[in-house]
Amino acid sequence: MGFIEQLINGLNLGSIYALMALGYTMVYGIAKMLNFAHGDIIMVGAYTLSLVMTNLGMPPVVAILASVIVCSVLGVTIEKIAYKPLRNASPLTVLITAIGVSYFLQSVALLIFGSNKRKVDSAITMSGIKIGGLELTGESIVTLGITILIMIGLTLFIKKTKIGKAMLAVSEDKGAAQLMGINVNQTISITFAIGSALAAVAGVLFVSSYGFVGPYTGSLPGIKAFVAAVLGGIGSIPGAMLGGILLGIIESLSKAYISTNLSDAIVFAVLIIVLLVKPSGLLGKIRMDKV
Amino acid sequence: MKEKLRKGLTVVTTVAMCMGAMTGCSGNSQSAGASASSDVYKIGGIGPLTGESASYGNSVKQGAEIAIAEINAAGGVNGKQFELIFEDDQDDAEKSISAYNKIMDQNVTAILGGVTSGCSIAIGEESIKDGILQVTPSGSAQNCTKYENAFRICFTDPLQGKTMADYIKDQGFKNVAIIYNVGDEYSKGVTDAFIEEAAANGMNIVAQESFNKGDVDFKTQLTKIKGTEAECIFLPIYYAEVAAITEQAQTIGLNLPYFGSDGWDGVIDQLNGDTSNIEGAIFLTPFVATSEKENVKNFVEAYQKAYNQTPDQFAADGYDGIYAIKLAIEECGDDVTNENLIAAMTKISVNGITGDMTFTADGEPNKSAMVAVIENGQYVAK
Repeated sequence: MGFIEQLINGLNLGSIYALMALGYTMVYGIAKMLNFAHGDIIMVGAYTLSLVMTNLGMPPVVAILASVIVCSVLGVTIEKIAYKPLRNASPLTVLITAIGVSYFLQSVALLIFGSNKRKVDSAITMSGIKIGGLELTGESIVTLGITILIMIGLTLFIKKTKIGKAMLAVSEDKGAAQLMGINVNQTISITFAIGSALAAVAGVLFVSSYGFVGPYTGSLPGIKAFVAAVLGGIGSIPGAMLGGILLGIIESLSKAYISTNLSDAIVFAVLIIVLLVKPSGLLGKIRMDKV
Repeated sequence: MKEKLRKGLTVVTTVAMCMGAMTGCSGNSQSAGASASSDVYKIGGIGPLTGESASYGNSVKQGAEIAIAEINAAGGVNGKQFELIFEDDQDDAEKSISAYNKIMDQNVTAILGGVTSGCSIAIGEESIKDGILQVTPSGSAQNCTKYENAFRICFTDPLQGKTMADYIKDQGFKNVAIIYNVGDEYSKGVTDAFIEEAAANGMNIVAQESFNKGDVDFKTQLTKIKGTEAECIFLPIYYAEVAAITEQAQTIGLNLPYFGSDGWDGVIDQLNGDTSNIEGAIFLTPFVATSEKENVKNFVEAYQKAYNQTPDQFAADGYDGIYAIKLAIEECGDDVTNENLIAAMTKISVNGITGDMTFTADGEPNKSAMVAVIENGQYVAK
């Protein structure tokens, strides 16, 4: 019984990692850049939820919509201001800029909200289910369900729609895509908008499960989500899902049965082993890049 | 106390005025930090004003400013006013050294800081080289007072662990579960001493769980505790995690009595005043803002007026820290040098808002422990 309970804990944590990893992997897959500010957009989403729900007294649905809109606009703005001028710069420059954006967002949140964490009421009103002695909270069920839905939706979107195909084309070869009449800048903007909207949803589910948001709430989970994306094969959407869930379960089980002190070390050791055996990640494709 | 202070003050000022000219000349190399030529006593404060621990640093700074305003309104010491120069260290040991160097360039008389244990230890390694008096308001790790120039206002970590182990035993509990922060000196220090004393008291530690800085998911640890025979949970950690842990315990249906260390201060605000999950929780604290003591009431009133906040223990520690430095300066009379200040610390007795205290040569305060219980959204002194 204890084992199954811990498995559920891991699944809950893992599905949030997976949701964050989806955003990472999508932006990487298409724009070919690591958006390290992704975790902090999650934080912005969580704060927006809390402000709209607590301070304006709006129902959760409105608050969730508001945080999706705020994050999408923020994501596109960041892309326009910070990343677009660097489109032809070296990947390292863009990476450092992304780290800068991450610190910028944290500092702004610190200035506005202070360093104390803010308590956020759960946006999920569904009550839990009891099976035998097992308790599944509403948050766990909703988080897992939404993550699976988003994964399927995202895969269909990229494979079936015109914009999705344009994204794929841009990820293959920006120059050739432009020659074929695809608006590269617009496509990348849309990618960022979707990635940030996913971050907003992750933020909402995250605070609903864990109850608090602070200026640094996004940073460590953001890094773990990045690890999940790499574990699953960065750029691969099912890979991000698998990586996230695996990471959550490994973390919970190693805390429960090995040592709470070593759980992070174990998580990262698993990452290293996987990358040694399969450098492209579990579901990643090996591809030759032009140098 | 005020009456006594005022009398002492007049004497000191008179003496200082007579000696004014002479002290001006005797400013030798030994008193580099405590230069007698300026007309203010500068106190250098160091603590986190930004970053994750910002609330501690800001509280210390604000509490210290209240004390300085009071001292200056009463005429200062030796006819000199006090001035606080506070630098941000972001709770980062390296940044605390830069802050220390910046402050030392301004000829300060004494250092109030660091606020967190890690920074206090880092600053201590530098301040001993300069020989300047360092009073840490809230650095509770054992090593914060390693050198003879360092003193502290708060309890040490081991003392907190030991006191709480005895207290929990007296409450009739035998099987205790602990969740602590493995990446935090304070939390580890309290935990180690607690376990040692609990073993001596014949108690069983049925679960000893930890987490790391930045962790947000505690359900795994709590689920483990749920499967043991624990009768209560000891949380020697800071309030942000206390709030998160007790909330998550509620969601997995774990309802045990809680005990805590002084890092709990601030937990009620963190929970927006909804203390239903931690009703009756007991933690060790040097300061309760609702106390009926006269000096505490005056402080709380002045603090609320100035900052529109209720002071926490860090603010109280900062306030007492400034008064300790002031009394040491008074004790030195007109010969305020680094050596005299350090020697004076063991002679003074501070009638502080965190309790009446004297200091040992090891830098530790002698004062009695107090516990607070959480009742109806309030901290109540017990």
